Order: sequence, then structure tokens, then C-alpha cells
Amino acid sequence: MRGTWRHQTSSSGGTELATFLQLTLNGLAVGCIYGLVALGFVLIYKATELVNFAQGDLLMLGAFVAYMAVVWWGLDYWISFLIAALAVGAFGALLDMTVLRRVIGQPQFAVVMLTLGLGAVFRTFASVTWGSEIYTLPTPFSGVTQIAGVTLSHQYLSIIIATLILCAILYVFFGYTRVGVAMQATSQNQLAAYCMGIPVKMIFSLVWAISAALATAAGVLLAPVTLIDINMGLAVALKAFAAAVVGGFGSIPGALVGGITIGLIELYAGATLPEGIKNTAPYIVLLIMLAVRPQGLFGTPGRKRV
Amino acid sequence: MRFPFKTTYEQDIRLFRDRTTAVWYGVLVGVVLALPVLLSRYYIGEITWVFIYGICGLSLMVLVGYTGLVSLGHAAFLGIGAYAHAYFLQLGVPWVASVAIAVVITTACGIVVGLPALRMTGIYLAIATLAFAVIIQEVFTRWEAVTGGFSGMAVDKPVIFGVRLADEASFYYLCAAVLAVTLLLTRNLLRSSTGRAWVAIRDSEIAAQSMGVQLPLYKSFAFGYSAALMGLAGALFAHKIAYLAPDIFSILFSIQLLLLVIVGGLGSLHGVVFGAIFVALLPPIIAILRDSIPATMASVASATGVGVIGTIGRGRCPGSRPASSA
Repeated sequence: MRGTWRHQTSSSGGTELATFLQLTLNGLAVGCIYGLVALGFVLIYKATELVNFAQGDLLMLGAFVAYMAVVWWGLDYWISFLIAALAVGAFGALLDMTVLRRVIGQPQFAVVMLTLGLGAVFRTFASVTWGSEIYTLPTPFSGVTQIAGVTLSHQYLSIIIATLILCAILYVFFGYTRVGVAMQATSQNQLAAYCMGIPVKMIFSLVWAISAALATAAGVLLAPVTLIDINMGLAVALKAFAAAVVGGFGSIPGALVGGITIGLIELYAGATLPEGIKNTAPYIVLLIMLAVRPQGLFGTPGRKRV
Repeated sequence: MRFPFKTTYEQDIRLFRDRTTAVWYGVLVGVVLALPVLLSRYYIGEITWVFIYGICGLSLMVLVGYTGLVSLGHAAFLGIGAYAHAYFLQLGVPWVASVAIAVVITTACGIVVGLPALRMTGIYLAIATLAFAVIIQEVFTRWEAVTGGFSGMAVDKPVIFGVRLADEASFYYLCAAVLAVTLLLTRNLLRSSTGRAWVAIRDSEIAAQSMGVQLPLYKSFAFGYSAALMGLAGALFAHKIAYLAPDIFSILFSIQLLLLVIVGGLGSLHGVVFGAIFVALLPPIIAILRDSIPATMASVASATGVGVIGTIGRGRCPGSRPASSA
């Protein structure tokens, strides 16, 4: 579970403020990744009440597909990005149609085990197909910009900007398109949505596709930072879980805020506290959150019906 | 399968269903005792794994299968038990005392982890135990004075009351005995009011509470008891594996243990043993069957097993009931 973030620290020594700003920027970028993955969890959870423990492995698959497109087939970075998102998105929809639709309404435990098992299958598939080497995805963002002692790595900036763009797209999609509104309706009340003529099954598949595509986006953005290997998804997914819980499982803004919170805490803890705390800080925050406010920052306390 | 006509309450809670069953258990004990004489050292070693996994499975079965609390971090308890036992052995504490201390420490950890569980259900509990396991794994890595960190920690063969259990067969008997005793203990707990309270909590917390079951008490007890069994298993595990390293007790190991109880069948003690046989013997069987199959196939096989069983939603034992939805 060791995080493999390679951090660019400001080379010029810099003031304390500069270091702080640097950490904040990097933390925001890391947090955006967690937020994107957490968003995938939350979308699926809101729509189908399934918790997808294979989200991190979808991220890994997405990164590998993008790598194949760029390096093996020699395609443009952006086209590869699109291909990876579409391919893994379609795979997510297929997964819903063939496997996961059948476990809706089953004990949550069965779902947890099923998605964990699927994740293991994906990892094995990846290790058979691509081997267990570590790959580097070439990207157009390799430069850095220096502003007042703060190193603005273009990789990290690209993560933040891409997250903002994706969030804007999702916001418009859910608020202003027919399909998006139908998704909201489905997650509020399945039966009512069904009665209003919404194809609920198709909506579920579409939600899975969107989640898988989001995971892919996170994977491709993350690829230059942590490099691509078959276990890249697991650590990210676990921290994204922490993010989703901190934000309140089932809240879309909560997922992003939670992700950024976890990202910032991780980096601040890594810079100021003794070694070893960095990897555990997200989980310590998660446990404190669960003990103090189990519904998370944005969640509403749920009451179980008998 | 025969269906006895029950006329008294005692029939419902007796240890063996009828005399025939008791005889079959006797036969099983005889077979287990005779195996080391019949089989080679390699097989004895592999079957010892079944017993150790069996104790682990028993621990998780009490928690997941009978009380309905899901833990995704039980490998951490195994690790705490293993490291505590190995550490106290190094200090020169006698074997039995060392095991006892290890069990007490894991029990305490289990109760502490169980405290937040009193407020959480379902997925939140799974995530909390997951977080706990990750933190504990980091502790194993960093607390080098006790655990040896990444460089690991060697564990010698057990010496019980001056007798050194150096060969595979004697350790086999030790593990078999521990599994038998813990199975019997758990069975007895399950047919007492405690066991009925656990099952009631699993089936409906609210109904159990209205019937006067004290949820905090029984949930903490389940967590503590489960952790204690895991600590005991950890002590044996430490001897069996002979070399402890932090990355053994990973999330994936916890998932494998969950796989064990699900394959066995939630809410069944027989299931524990079947699950342990599945998890412990599948990799060597695959290895024996086809040396040419890559090792990854084993994980594909077990992962596919997870998929199938997860979809069916219940394990292989006909008498088992799925855990209540949370």
C-alpha cells in the first residue's frame, strides 16, 4: 500500500510560504485524482446502491489502454485518452449488463466480495497481458513554470485543470440533459423512474460507463506521476474510499471535497510529520471521521428502515 | 440427510445431532490422527495450513457469518498475534505464556476496533476495518524495535514444556488440536445464549435489541472473541511460516480469509473447514496437477470462485443462510 508519488520539491530552497504553496498545489492535484475516483464510487453507489471495489483496477486498465494507444500504436495523446475512456467506459457498461446487474439487492457483503474478486481478475488479466513491468506514459505536459519560488509542474496543473473540466461537463450533463435528469430521477426513486418510462437498466449501464470513464481519466492523468503498473489502482482506490467517506458516501460535491481534503492532508502530513505517517494519515482521518461524523461532511444521516 | 423429529429443546442445542453424527466425527478424528503416518512430509505440511486457515476462518466466521459484522482487515489481527508471539518468544517467555499474551493483546485490539463498529454497519464497517488494517501494516513496517521492519523476523520451532516440536508431524498434531479445541469452544458458545444473541444481531439488529439483546456488549464480545482466535492462529502461523515480514499481512490476505468463509458458507462451522481446505489446498493442488500452469492461474481460479459465489450470494453448505443485508 505504499504511495508512489514522486514529488517535485522546489529546488531553489525557497521560503516557507513557497514550500507551503508548493505542497498545496501538489496536494490539490493528488486530491483531484482521489476525487475523480471517489466520484466514480459515488455515482455507482447513488444509482445502484452497489459499492464498487474494482474502481481502482478500472483506473489501472484505463492507464494501460492509453499506454497501448500512445506507445504501441503511435497515436496522439488526446486521441489515446479518448480511446481509453471510451473502451473502458464500454467495458464498464458491459460489466454492469453481464455481472453486476444480477447482484443488485443482494447483501452488500456479496457485492463487496464480487467487486473485489473482479478487481483481482482484472489485475491478473493485466499481468498476463502487459506483464508486471513499470511503464512510462509520454505526455505533452512535461515542462515546469516557476512563479515566485513555486514550481508549477505542468503534469500537476493538467490534473487540476482536467478535473475542473470533467466536473463542469458532469454538472451540465446531470443538470441540463434529458439523460442526466433521468439518472438523477433513477437514483432518487427507481420504481417511480421506471413508471415514468425511464429505461432504468440502460441508465445503470450508462452510470457504470461514466464511472469507468472517470476512473480512466484519473488513471491517464495519474500515469505520468506514479507510472503505470498493475498495482497502481489499489492504493489510489483505498484512498479514494477514504475520500468518499469523508465527503459523505453518496454526495457528488462531497466526493471531490473529500478527495482534495485527503490529498492535502496526505501531503502536509508527509512534509511535517515523521516518516510513515504520510501513508497512514488518510486512513487515520477516515477513522476519526467515521467515529465523529459517520455521515461525512456532506452526507445526510441515514436511518435504517426495519 | 436425515431429519430427526425434535421433541425437546435440548435436542435443538445438543452438541451432535444424533449418535450417527457423533460416530462420524469420531471417524474423522481417527483419520486426522492417522494421516501423518500415511502421508509424506510435504502433504503433512500442506494439511497443517488447512488447520491454521481453519482457525482464521473460525475467527472470521464468528464475526461475519454469525454476527453479521464484515471485517476487511482481519489479516491485521493475525499479524498482531504473530508478531506479539514471536516478540515474546524472543524475550525468552515460555511458549504457552507467550501465546496467552499474544491472544490477550489481539483481544484488546479487537475490542478497541470493535468500539467504532458499535455505530457502523455494512460498508462503513468494512471500510473502517480496511483502514485499520492499512495502519497496522504500516506499524509493522515502522516499529523496527519489535517487528524488525522490512528485514523481517525469524521465528523458531515451538518448544512446549521443554519438548521441541521440530518435525512436521508434531506441529501438525499441535495445530489439529488447537483447531479442534477452538471449534468445540465456538460450537459451545454458539449453542449458548451468546451464540443466539449473535445470530439475532445478524438477522435483525432492531429485533434483537427489542428482545433485550445488548448490542454493544455482544458486538464487542464478538469482535474480541474473533480477534482472540485470530491471535491464536497468528501464533501458529508465525511458527509455520518461520519468517515474518510486514507485507504478508496485507489487504489481499484479509480478502483471502473472507473468501474462505464465503466459499465455506456463511453461518456454518463445517463451512469453515471446507473453506480452509479450499483456500489452503487449491494452490498446491493446481501446482501438482499441472506444473506448467503459471502461478497467476491460481489467483484467477480463486477470483473466479469469488465471482461465482458472490453472484450466488450463499456458500456451499446447504444449511447455511446468507448474512442479513446491511
